[in-house]
Amino acid sequence: MEKVLTKNIRPDLSYVDVQAYESSGGYEGLRKALAMAPGAVTEEVKKSNLRGRGGAGFPTGMKWTFVPMGPDAPSPKYLVANADEMEPGTFKDRLLMEGDPHQLVEGLIVAAYAIQASTAYIFIRGEYFLSEERLRRAIAEAEEKHYLGKNILGSGYNLEMVVHMSGGRYMCGEETGLLNALEGKRANPRTKPPFPQVSGLFGKPTIVQNVETLSNLPHILRNGIEWFKSLSLSVDAGTKIYGVSGKVKRPGLWELPMGTTVREILEEHAGGMQDGLKFRGLLPGGASTDFLVEEHLDVKMDFTEVQKAGSRLGTGTMIVLDDRTCPVGMVRNLEHFFAQESCGWCTPCWSGLSWAEKALEAIEEGKGNAVDLDHLEYICKLCAPGNTFCALAPGAVEPLQSALKYFRADFERHVADKRCPWNHQA
Amino acid sequence: MLSAEERQEIEAEFAHYPNKEAVCIDAMKIVQRRRGWVSDESLRDIAALLGMSADQLDSVATFYNLIYRKPVGRNVILVCDSVSCWITGYDRLRERLMSVLGIKMGETTPDGRFTLLPIVCLGACDHAPVMMVNNDLHHDVDPGKVEAVLDRYK
Ligand SMILES: Cc1cc2nc3c(=O)[nH]c(=O)nc-3n(C[C@H](O)[C@H](O)[C@H](O)COP(=O)(O)O)c2cc1C
Ligand code: SF4
Ligand code: FES
Repeated sequence: MEKVLTKNIRPDLSYVDVQAYESSGGYEGLRKALAMAPGAVTEEVKKSNLRGRGGAGFPTGMKWTFVPMGPDAPSPKYLVANADEMEPGTFKDRLLMEGDPHQLVEGLIVAAYAIQASTAYIFIRGEYFLSEERLRRAIAEAEEKHYLGKNILGSGYNLEMVVHMSGGRYMCGEETGLLNALEGKRANPRTKPPFPQVSGLFGKPTIVQNVETLSNLPHILRNGIEWFKSLSLSVDAGTKIYGVSGKVKRPGLWELPMGTTVREILEEHAGGMQDGLKFRGLLPGGASTDFLVEEHLDVKMDFTEVQKAGSRLGTGTMIVLDDRTCPVGMVRNLEHFFAQESCGWCTPCWSGLSWAEKALEAIEEGKGNAVDLDHLEYICKLCAPGNTFCALAPGAVEPLQSALKYFRADFERHVADKRCPWNHQA
Repeated sequence: MLSAEERQEIEAEFAHYPNKEAVCIDAMKIVQRRRGWVSDESLRDIAALLGMSADQLDSVATFYNLIYRKPVGRNVILVCDSVSCWITGYDRLRERLMSVLGIKMGETTPDGRFTLLPIVCLGACDHAPVMMVNNDLHHDVDPGKVEAVLDRYK
């Protein structure tokens, strides 16, 4: 299968400089884009069917059409690369930034040109030091080559690119929390409407896009939309960087056609379970997605099919649960994360999730009772979409509600036996 | 007082943002990089430079987990406590670190050499368990061999 996003990435992960990037077709997509009208670039991306790779799967080109254009549009406008990557179990954007930083830089310039932004920020999580170093280096090289700065390649278009290192908090990855963080505020989310496309960073029209989403753009511009669609095995276009972690034989990342089945990723690429362990379930796309189990192994990993199976593609990086790991312990670990990272804005989230963590702790330590299970179900309902300000809380209860469904007997056994049958912590 | 160097580095960030407040997180990181943490005095100095109140800046500082408002050791160990690391041995790694260092999570060794803190997923889940010491990522950490890793940090 054709490698697209990872074709330049070297096995030793050494830096791919601007010459190496250009020699494999780099910055050709940008040249094509600059020869088109900005609206035509947006139209092209819209027709390509590219959907956001940050978790929500929103159609990328469509998002850009909401940005005011023309001489009367507010100015300046902003573009932001969301490189926060703090969703537990997710490790794909780091590879793209370290392994081929120019691809992201080029993708950002294409997107910025389409919406006529004058500044593009790359918002990177604070612990990604190598990503920071490589992107700063790539930006400096791109400036030297006139891909960035004033009058890019003689087109008359100007763009500044700025790296911002995060202060660290999961909420910085949420679109509007990120905008507040970039403004030097706490990363609480903002009310929508107004949508960021109209009134975002510093009150100006802003687009926020995931690193993997942006990295696709140079290729779409260079090779066309039919080619991009043909890469996929499903209705959702392109390739996808899938990942597997947990107790499999070969944890890792692979770029595969969008719509590759769970089974192929798990068994062929990750090598199946480690010897002596059995598969019990997995979170398909990071911590905030519902469990899939044995019966779902033939589901195609795309936005549409995973949703039909009752979960979400999310970030496409799976976390595998084996039979020697306690499902209650795993969910307790997840809810500890979400309770800790709740920004404290709405009650179902900050209060509900810390209660969920406490109840799971009690159950895991053999102090739980049957009422705790009802209580957990109730918290899942309280945190359902629409009841909270942002998607953190609904995401937080996805692994919990699905664990209560698929691993109910394990929860009940903890309660009945008054101890963890796996005896992890006790 | 902020050093001339700190002030210069902070002021260089102003060019990239439409207002001074927007650089406040960068500013705290710039100071912390040199002093290890952000003291009340530093907080007041930074706030004054950016035209913010110290309380306003503190509300920002306390939101973020990489801004330290208490002194830390010369080396900071961040141990990933998220799900893939938990599955592959976080508990053992944490216990081992605590016993080698003789401190609990959140504490600093009496000689000021190490501070031990939990951190969320470090984006290296295929090489779990994972920890960082200062700016270095250590993956596939064998709890039995953490002493050799720590030896490199004085
Ligand atoms: C709590 C929370 C954390 C998020 N973290 C990230 C993140 O680290 N990276 C990311 O790209 N999207 C993250 N998202 C999704 C963003 O809000 C947004 O949908 C995405 O950046 C849009 O880009 P895309 O359309 O290219 O996917 C997060 C969402 C929530 C609710
Ligand atoms: S759902 Fe949670 S994280 Fe999101 S705004 Fe409410 S309290 Fe904050
Ligand atoms: S869970 Fe530890 S690095 Fe991702």
